[in-house]
Amino acid sequence: MKTIGRLSRGLPAPGLWLWALPLLFLAVFFFQPLGAILRLALEQALVEGISAYEWGRVWRAVSFTLYQALLSTLLTLLVGLPAAYVFGRYLFRGKGLLRVLTTLPFIMPTVVVAAAFNALLGPRGWLNLFLMDWFNLSQPPIQILGTLPAILLAHVFYNTTIVLRVVGGAWAQLDPRLEQAARVLGASPWRALREVTLPLLRPAVLSAALLVFLFDFTSFAVILLLGGPRFATLEVEIYVQALNLLNLPLAGLLSFIQLLFTLAMTVVYSRLAGQRAVPLSPRLQGEGMAYPMTWKQHLLVGIVVLGLLALLVGPLLALGFRSVTTVAADGGIGWTTAYYQELFVNRRGSLFYVPPVVAARNSLVYAAGTVAISLLLGLLAAYALARPSRLNRLIDPLLMLPLGTSAVTLGLGFILVFNRPPFDVRSFPALIPIAHSLVAFPFVVRTLQPALVSIPAPLRQAASVLGASPLRVWWEIDMPIIGRAALVSAIFSFTISLGEFGATTFLTRPEVPTLPIAIYRYLSQPGALNYGQAMAMSTLLMLLTGAGILVMERFRLPGSSGGDF
Amino acid sequence: MRKYRYLIALILLALLTACAGGQTETPASPGETVPAGEGGTLTVMTHDSFAISEEVIARFEQENNVTVAFVPSGDTGSALNRAILAKQNPLADVFYGVDNTFLSRALAEDLFLPYESPLLAQIPDAFELDPEHRALPVDYGDVCINYDRAYFAENNLPLPESLEDLTGPAYEGLLVAENPATSSPGLAFLLATIEHFGEDGYLDFWRGLSDNGLVVVNDWNTAYYTNFSGSSGAGPQPLVVSYASSPVAEVVFAEQPLDEAPTGSLVGDQMCFRQIEFVGILNGTQNEELARRFVDYMLDVTFQEDIPLQMFVWPVNENAALPEEFERFAEVPANPAQLDPATIDANREAWVQAWMETVLP
Repeated sequence: MKTIGRLSRGLPAPGLWLWALPLLFLAVFFFQPLGAILRLALEQALVEGISAYEWGRVWRAVSFTLYQALLSTLLTLLVGLPAAYVFGRYLFRGKGLLRVLTTLPFIMPTVVVAAAFNALLGPRGWLNLFLMDWFNLSQPPIQILGTLPAILLAHVFYNTTIVLRVVGGAWAQLDPRLEQAARVLGASPWRALREVTLPLLRPAVLSAALLVFLFDFTSFAVILLLGGPRFATLEVEIYVQALNLLNLPLAGLLSFIQLLFTLAMTVVYSRLAGQRAVPLSPRLQGEGMAYPMTWKQHLLVGIVVLGLLALLVGPLLALGFRSVTTVAADGGIGWTTAYYQELFVNRRGSLFYVPPVVAARNSLVYAAGTVAISLLLGLLAAYALARPSRLNRLIDPLLMLPLGTSAVTLGLGFILVFNRPPFDVRSFPALIPIAHSLVAFPFVVRTLQPALVSIPAPLRQAASVLGASPLRVWWEIDMPIIGRAALVSAIFSFTISLGEFGATTFLTRPEVPTLPIAIYRYLSQPGALNYGQAMAMSTLLMLLTGAGILVMERFRLPGSSGGDF
Repeated sequence: MRKYRYLIALILLALLTACAGGQTETPASPGETVPAGEGGTLTVMTHDSFAISEEVIARFEQENNVTVAFVPSGDTGSALNRAILAKQNPLADVFYGVDNTFLSRALAEDLFLPYESPLLAQIPDAFELDPEHRALPVDYGDVCINYDRAYFAENNLPLPESLEDLTGPAYEGLLVAENPATSSPGLAFLLATIEHFGEDGYLDFWRGLSDNGLVVVNDWNTAYYTNFSGSSGAGPQPLVVSYASSPVAEVVFAEQPLDEAPTGSLVGDQMCFRQIEFVGILNGTQNEELARRFVDYMLDVTFQEDIPLQMFVWPVNENAALPEEFERFAEVPANPAQLDPATIDANREAWVQAWMETVLP
């Protein structure tokens, strides 16, 4: 009995040791700095106290944060799920390219996205100018900047790719015969979707929803730049209190509240996802896919593709367009390559000039490090989680905490803790991929886990019985099945790092600036050239990320048969 | 199962001893990890806006046979916070970039060692806000309202000549300002209004501005590039809270050479707020002698003359000549508002709160 139990898991040994590395990593680089900063804040809070006015602000921040995160997540699912269906079930020309393009918003620095939104939707944006011209209006009809819809739109823009990748990937791997069987037995397409497909996709949908929710919940720059001063999430309030008003106790309290909510959210998620999905033999990539046939299918694919192009690709194109145009005082538009040329010139002989190639190299090195660290740790943790145990139920919610932790708080914690050898200010660049991995790691776990759970035990048992070593079982059974999820994880780790999430801004050094840091630097001074160079550098960042994702998608894992491009 | 538990216990134990070992060592500092003097490194912590010419730093490095490493640490508030949090084990030898709005906090935290540099003789007394010479002035700049020249010319609109003018109907909906809770120029401009209208009157003024269609955004980037019509972003407002030096930067970073800046600064009586930036030697440095030499170098003419075109602020040293662009295109307020750093530090939170309740109800 015991041996069969062992076999059915198909893994070399009991799971406790799988936890060692991931937990060690979290203990040193997450719980240690976080604990240190929260303790300091608590000590000060006990001395200084927290006023009724401050409690009022806390309450306002909490309710607004939850409200906007909930709305944003629902909207993102509303856009993302149909898109995931189309990507999971249909073939169409340019699909691979569109998939890459829809990932790009994820990495764009918010300052630049705000500029792109302004170019499109601002009071003097193209859309308003067009509408005013067309309908002969004297006032711009679209007044969206600085309102809740602007925040929601930006969140959908940023996070739709999560739903698309996580759910779309799962959909593509679903056995199409189940749905076909339901149809043959007389179920309407809608009923087959509701009663067969959606329940099977439940783990992936829940994972995606949780990730999107946590990103919206800790949203910072979008609220600050696009929402304006009337809106403050917990994260914004923490930033204001900690860095502008130097009120560490209140910032600590807010971070603590944010952590509690993250924990509560993950516990709810675990409960919901706890009812296991039926393990099914995942199918070959592309088996359930076909070109649209009927006019209805054509319409659906057309609407989704056009919608994604307008919503996600439009602002990016506006950016790229702006990086090669000059706008004269009279509003005339001309073409120029001056911004790109200027990027390569250190005109003022500044010590802090960054050649684009160097910035790109730094960004890529950090991103590669992040992918390596988070994939290794994520795989270990996902395997450990795949076996039900009491320990896992305790650890599981803790894994998501880094995603829901204030970057400002964690950054301050890093300073507090890592200021003596072996980690002092000189090793901060080495800490950057680690800080990025803290954000990427929960992502990887959540993406890999549904795929791992879906591996049917009989497959591994059969392989073992036929004489395959545990390693070979893993290589030939597990890897092909989780390959797609591993790829998605790698791409997200890569983009998370390139987009400079988390505590990075606290850890950068002038010798190793990244592309986003260089972009911020240009935008922090007035002048047409600075503005143009920021747009040019952002376009380079997009191209670099796009190329990186393309390379990764071409990368074939063992046994995985052709993709769906 | 059991043996793996031991394995984990062993790993954890090893880790703990490693951590504890690191902590029980004598308090390390940059001076110890990297030997000072001959061939060593001097570490300078700054805010992100710090910039200087390569050759200016190279000269200091050659003369003193050291490497100077800069650690940009976020905006002014973030950088100061870092220094305060790490004051037991300072991350650097020298800290540059604390301004008069944060000065009191830095001094209260006992961050700096006193140093009466001989170069102070070349710096006007008005800039020396710390009588104990722990923080030494390096540069200054004024936060002023910038205007879009083209807009005012096209609409035949006279420029506002005082803060009071801004609440008049002629300027309805024309001004964009930054939130003082999230932006340093935003705070500076709030301080200018407090100095001008007094603690009893400034909220009335802001109420008036608010009723007159004031637009508030969270940061300078958005205000300048998204909302301001005079910048490349070509937004809707022709007046923006920015810096007196911004018009110079518009000329220096123009696509084509310009004879006149596309923007100007309103430098009327008490319409601007003067920010002074200081340098200090961090308490706990092992390189005090070298740090003193670097502070002297920062206050000396070579460094001071390099400051304007790198950081777009003015040098404090009277002997430093201004670059031609500054002479030609910059307007300097004759009577900027200034507040005592201690008063600012004591009231910052209350003022910002009151402002928020008035302008962002």
